[in-house]
Amino acid sequence: MKGEAMRNDDREITLGEYLAARGVSRRAFLKFACSLASLMALPPSAGVAMAEALAKAKRPSVLWFPFQECTGCTESITRSHEPTIESMIFDMISLDYQETLMAAAGHQSEAAREQAMKDNYGKYLLLIDGSVATGLEGAYSCIGGQTNLSWLTEAAKGAAAIIAIGSCASYGGIPKANPNPTGARAVSDIVKDKPIVNIPGCPPIPAVLTGVLAHFLTFGSLPELDPLGRPKAFYGETIHDRCYRRPFYDQGRFAKTFDDEGARNGWCLYELGCKGPVTYNACATIKWNAGTSFPIQSGHGCLGCSEPDFWDKGSFYRPLSVAHWGDKATLGGAAAVGVALGAAAALAARRRQDKIVKGD
Amino acid sequence: MDLLTFARGPGMYWAVTIFVIGVLWKLAGVILLRAKRDLSEARKPSAWTGLRAILTRSWPRRAFVHGTAFSEVLGYAFHVGFLFTLVFYLPHVLFFEDVFKGLLGVNFQRLFGVPWPYFSGGMVNFFGAVAVAALIALLVHRIVNPVKRLISNFDDYFSWLVTIAPLVTGMLTYGHVGAPYQTLIAVHLLSVELLLVWFPFGKLMHTFTVFMSRGTQGMQFERKGATL
Repeated sequence: MKGEAMRNDDREITLGEYLAARGVSRRAFLKFACSLASLMALPPSAGVAMAEALAKAKRPSVLWFPFQECTGCTESITRSHEPTIESMIFDMISLDYQETLMAAAGHQSEAAREQAMKDNYGKYLLLIDGSVATGLEGAYSCIGGQTNLSWLTEAAKGAAAIIAIGSCASYGGIPKANPNPTGARAVSDIVKDKPIVNIPGCPPIPAVLTGVLAHFLTFGSLPELDPLGRPKAFYGETIHDRCYRRPFYDQGRFAKTFDDEGARNGWCLYELGCKGPVTYNACATIKWNAGTSFPIQSGHGCLGCSEPDFWDKGSFYRPLSVAHWGDKATLGGAAAVGVALGAAAALAARRRQDKIVKGD
Repeated sequence: MDLLTFARGPGMYWAVTIFVIGVLWKLAGVILLRAKRDLSEARKPSAWTGLRAILTRSWPRRAFVHGTAFSEVLGYAFHVGFLFTLVFYLPHVLFFEDVFKGLLGVNFQRLFGVPWPYFSGGMVNFFGAVAVAALIALLVHRIVNPVKRLISNFDDYFSWLVTIAPLVTGMLTYGHVGAPYQTLIAVHLLSVELLLVWFPFGKLMHTFTVFMSRGTQGMQFERKGATL
């Protein structure tokens, strides 16, 4: 109980005080807030406002539930690069439950979850990664003897907002891929009465979660979302539109294989199946590993992982403009049917001619 | 299934299937018709020379150039613009190469020793714009000209619509104008599918029958002694 009291005391300290105690200077914090504001396409003045609001903010309780997932999202968000002020954003929140990161296990961890939900009812943020198994009443995925489905339904009631991290939580992702044996569903398919932000990607970009959390702490609301529930600031444009290889697309210069001259020259990967033109994400601008690179820069086309059902949209290596036109057997069959119909029509016409000649 | 997955998948599959059935149905239906026996003696020894009508009728006659030049020039502008847009734009080339490889089991470059040529996006956009402008001018002419208007029916207007639709949606897709890219490309593919489905059953079928009918008519005329 002592630990619990300490945790609650921690939450009473403002974020500014907390970060100052951790040795983060005001200058560094301002810089961080301004870069976040610009990432989210907010006006420059919002950076200062954001910093001030964040500094005064109390650390909200956050519960992070992992459902049908591979832990890739957790890896991405917590281990994307060296601990920087961006990873310190986790100090802005009181992460009261996260199985992968927490020291507690078994009944202790369940007790922590229940206590956090009780203490912060109606105020906590619920983060979900992984899809929700609904087949066999959710029995395909259980934690501590309870289904993910029942956890979500129960925890959603007391949540201020829900953030679905990764494509699985946002759309069902790979577990939902055909034939979807577990009846995997997105969080938004289950919860209908709470604000939900989707942060899709396999995995998602860490800065997006940071940005959404900062927005929530600063303005007390969720950022503007697109029709798929994604923050517009990060998912407003396609990879293709912001890709540094885009001029090659316009010039008609394409890599034909992964090791030809075009590939070595860094030409467009459209012909190799890049899904950049139909994928909304910020990979081309924010990039990965502290802004080092992103898949296209590394020479591979975009898989479209932040779009719904990306796993079931055909080969990753089939160009977007190549559609399923059929095969030899189908076209052969169609040709035979066509000729047969034509012959039947001609035969009918000939019979009519004969009748006319005979004067019937 | 989202719109793009449908357009790239079952939509295209069924459109191509209907297209193949329809085209061969119409062609076989015409070719297998019984030709009327001509009992008269041929004025010229070989009527095969009438095939030259295919060429001569594809060019305006000097005597009529004043009346037909407008339609002929715009007709050519449209057909050339449309053909270049269709055949020499990389995303289209990729589609045709896939069909080519699926049917022949070998890719284009291996068979002919050269890759399928294509223009840059901007160039293709220019050809597309020429085709669209020509189609609009031809429609206006069809409506304004009393004779053309009188002989026009639903088939003419609908065929015009399904022809211009892929051009316009394709250019919007190229420029990312008006809607998200995946919606634009899906609508573009669906417009192509509408064209394919309508193709055999309307006047667009002239693509396959125009030279057949011109050649046949030329042979008949020449047999009767006409100078072509």
